[in-house]
Amino acid sequence: MPVVCLHGPLRKLAGDRSEHELSGATVEELLSELERAHPGLGGWIVDERGAIRRHINVFVNGELGGAQTPVAAGDRVEVLPAITGGAA
Amino acid sequence: MTELLVSTKKGLFVLEGEPGTGFEIAARAFAGQPVDYALRDGRTGRLLAAITSPFYGPKVFLGEEAAGEWEQAQGVALPEGGEQALNRIWVIAAGEAEGVLYAGGDPGVLFESHDGGASWEINAGLWDQPTRKDWQPGGGGLCLHSIAPWPGEPDRLSVAISAAGVWHTEDGGRSWSRGNQGLTPRYLPAEVIEELGLPEPDPGADTPLCVHHLERARARPERMYIQFHGGVYRSDDAGRSWVEIGRGLPSDFGFPLTVDPADADSAYVVPLVADMDRVTPEGRVRVFETRDAGETWMARGDGLPSEHAYLTVLRQALTRAGQGARMEIYLGTTTGEVFGSGDAGATWFEVASRLPPVYALSAR
Repeated sequence: MPVVCLHGPLRKLAGDRSEHELSGATVEELLSELERAHPGLGGWIVDERGAIRRHINVFVNGELGGAQTPVAAGDRVEVLPAITGGAA
Repeated sequence: MTELLVSTKKGLFVLEGEPGTGFEIAARAFAGQPVDYALRDGRTGRLLAAITSPFYGPKVFLGEEAAGEWEQAQGVALPEGGEQALNRIWVIAAGEAEGVLYAGGDPGVLFESHDGGASWEINAGLWDQPTRKDWQPGGGGLCLHSIAPWPGEPDRLSVAISAAGVWHTEDGGRSWSRGNQGLTPRYLPAEVIEELGLPEPDPGADTPLCVHHLERARARPERMYIQFHGGVYRSDDAGRSWVEIGRGLPSDFGFPLTVDPADADSAYVVPLVADMDRVTPEGRVRVFETRDAGETWMARGDGLPSEHAYLTVLRQALTRAGQGARMEIYLGTTTGEVFGSGDAGATWFEVASRLPPVYALSAR
């Protein structure tokens, strides 16, 4: 199964665990599965429209991806705050 | 002792003190995060804070003490699967019924809680307004920024939305009506205003009505005040119609407004030069006070910066505690200063400086 890696407050909301093995064929499916397993994450990564929040980046095996990026067993999916979200 | 909650671009600051003896920073919470509004519910003693993380979106949190643990409130979100997402919570207000709280946000949304803020639900009556498709956002978004309960009557409530005007409910939020007669959007071309026949009829829902702040006079609830995007207004008929009362001010553009709970004739505004120059006029910080419901205005600046002070005070950054001659008033600036008065604006002192930009204040 792919592994979703969380950091900072997202990690805390997911049982204080960084790595989560989840089933799914796309990033979107993985994130849905993640929210089902950890309801406290609801609204933190994906908004009400079902879109990944603007200033969150998802990398699949080190490549910037999106909701529809396919994932396979053994893939590593990093969910990270984007530098675009910072403010002075 | 007064507790002043200072919501800033970089966290929530809790200041404690008294006019005359000074204030100290007692706690900081949500370090580095934009805190849009914070309130201590006087009925439960519980703190509520609205945070808009640029990464993780808007959330409301509850806590007993700022330096302690905070818990995320549930339900502060738009309906799933729609075309819009919640952008920001602008204000939280206590309702009249036990345990009831309201929160206003962007896009023009009202949430209500019946359990002291732990869980929230969207007010469907306002969310499903048929005219919503015609609502237009102001510069800060389509923000529901003012919530005015009716003292002693839990089913009556007014809200203001920039730029969808003023809305009232008398049945606990099941149905809503507009109350904008008399408001004149001077930022529209003169021919449009003439064509609409303003200020006589209530402008239509497709007319952008940029209300900056709405307050109800608790001593006389049918009286309300508005700081408009150009114009200060008063209503004596529960917000159905409005008369302009900004004559005598150095500028009738500004954002915040507050009213003495003990005296419906006493209101306070902080004029800025104009929409194209949103700083205090003439380089002087002054609060303007009316004691006759807007017939006349007096400058109150004793103790406030009076030279080369080009400050901006946002819509939620003026608050009060108490009432009458000893009413405390506090104002915060986008340059990180907080000023206070312990005598209803007659004299002022510096509460804090070198804070992050101040978004909102609340005091008790």
